[in-house]
Amino acid sequence: MTELTKLTLAAALDGLKAKEFSSREITQQFVDAIEGARKLNAYVVETPEKALAMADASDVRLAKGEGGKLEGAPLGIKDLYCTKGVRTTACSNILGEFTPTYESTVTQNLWDEGAVMLGKLNMDEFAMGSSNETSRFGNVINPWRRKGDNQGLTPGGSSGGSAASVAADLCLAATASDTGGSIRQPAAFTGTVGIKPTYGRASRYGMVAFASSLDQAGPISKTVEDSAILLEAMCSHDPKDSTSLSVETPDWRSDVSKGVKGMRIGIPKEYRMEGMSDEIDKLWGQGIAWLKAAGAEIVDISLPHTKYALPAYYIVAPAEASSNLARYDGMRYGARVAGENLTATYEDTRAGGFGAEVQRRLMIGTYVLSSGYYDAYYLRAQKVRTNILNDFVEAFESCDAVLTPTCPSPAFAFGEKSGDPVEMYLNDVFTVTANLAGLPGISVPAGLSSSGLPLGLQVIGKALDETACFRVGGELERAAGFVAKAEKWW
Amino acid sequence: MSVTKDDVRKVARLSRIAVSEQHVEELVGELNGILSWIDQLNEVDIDGVEPMTSVVETTLPMREDIVTDGDIQDQVLANAPRTEDGFFVVPKAVE
Repeated sequence: MTELTKLTLAAALDGLKAKEFSSREITQQFVDAIEGARKLNAYVVETPEKALAMADASDVRLAKGEGGKLEGAPLGIKDLYCTKGVRTTACSNILGEFTPTYESTVTQNLWDEGAVMLGKLNMDEFAMGSSNETSRFGNVINPWRRKGDNQGLTPGGSSGGSAASVAADLCLAATASDTGGSIRQPAAFTGTVGIKPTYGRASRYGMVAFASSLDQAGPISKTVEDSAILLEAMCSHDPKDSTSLSVETPDWRSDVSKGVKGMRIGIPKEYRMEGMSDEIDKLWGQGIAWLKAAGAEIVDISLPHTKYALPAYYIVAPAEASSNLARYDGMRYGARVAGENLTATYEDTRAGGFGAEVQRRLMIGTYVLSSGYYDAYYLRAQKVRTNILNDFVEAFESCDAVLTPTCPSPAFAFGEKSGDPVEMYLNDVFTVTANLAGLPGISVPAGLSSSGLPLGLQVIGKALDETACFRVGGELERAAGFVAKAEKWW
Repeated sequence: MSVTKDDVRKVARLSRIAVSEQHVEELVGELNGILSWIDQLNEVDIDGVEPMTSVVETTLPMREDIVTDGDIQDQVLANAPRTEDGFFVVPKAVE
């Protein structure tokens, strides 16, 4: 039997429509593959029965020549999306066995288009992390390993389960979410594609909140075209999210093959950071050469506040988190640890339910918002954020999209960066600017490091110009011809 | 600026997170490490800059002031740690 799990989402949708195979057949293959890949720890809830029932329903529709844009396609869902009747905990102990009685808008959009749910994907607790080492369910293991080395590597984070499952063919594509780089960095670490759209494109209703002004849904997939297909289905205007934009979702799939002829690509000098490895620098240069050869004009630009983006992020994000996560009090849902009085119950519930990194960020957030420090930290950070946005607005006067590396390094080993919070935070140095400015950013695999690990390039577009990301991303994908896969060891 | 043990105890209390005395010591180091790195923001000239309040320029939508949801008591209580007769059961809040 052909290995249907290796198909791209686009090819699988074609095959389903042409009745070359049924949704039950491809779903069953994924169910078996997931069962055989538990070593990777990518899934925290497997829903095989639900998946097969959804597949059968899709097959009925497909047989009649009906169905949505994702009819019969098996997908993985990050554990951050509320799924009705299926445990959702954002991989935190504090949510206990929380089982939503409602569906997130993004996942509902996918089911409405006929997609099949394989299960819930592992992630850093409350999406706070860059290595998937803070999940209550343990680490996700990157399917990729260094050449001639069996040491386990992190898949990046926070969408580590999403990235690992796509890289290991455990779903056709996956939902993910990005607050500071949580889609793009794991995509880069696993040789997959991931895009964070413009803030407000996708509804945040039913997504477990981390930092509400930065959180945005997006896909991780095998190809740029697959990301376009899935993102189109995920986005919608939603009255249940007051920051959801009332805009049409374009046909991004057709943008992927349009090429970059005549486009102006900005290269920000501030992204050439001290200590950046030669191979990342070389890959970036290669990307520039590819786009130039394809007819783009290369423009030097300056984003002078780049180095202040991460410190500003580590004020804004924890501040918003400390407010958002105040809801976890052990009273109405989640796990409760009884103390001797009400206050002790709150304090013990939160000490027992939140992991170390989440507690650290909640305390930082509380500190920067507390009386006497608000102006010095939070207000200053929000002003720096305005500067960062203005940098982009100015740069986009002379270019249509910005090309950068996705990350300063390839995937690293477990424990390698978890000793020092700041060192871990630096992983997001190239991705976090797009969150602070609300801009779309895509990561595309573009080559392998000397150690044999995937490396990604990032394209940042203007607000609501995902089209530029897909055009440039598509060109990079064609030029790179990246076909490497992790060798199966699991 | 650097935080002291008293600051950590105060922030932990405000965050409603129980912290042991030994952990307070560790947190002083960790939080100071993060805050001293954040302090580089003091280099930025922010004179006359407006703080960002919304990442995309948009006006908040209004809707009709009508009830659109409700009568779902069973769903509201479905995930509660303790319930009784349709109520949440919580520790005594008023002495």
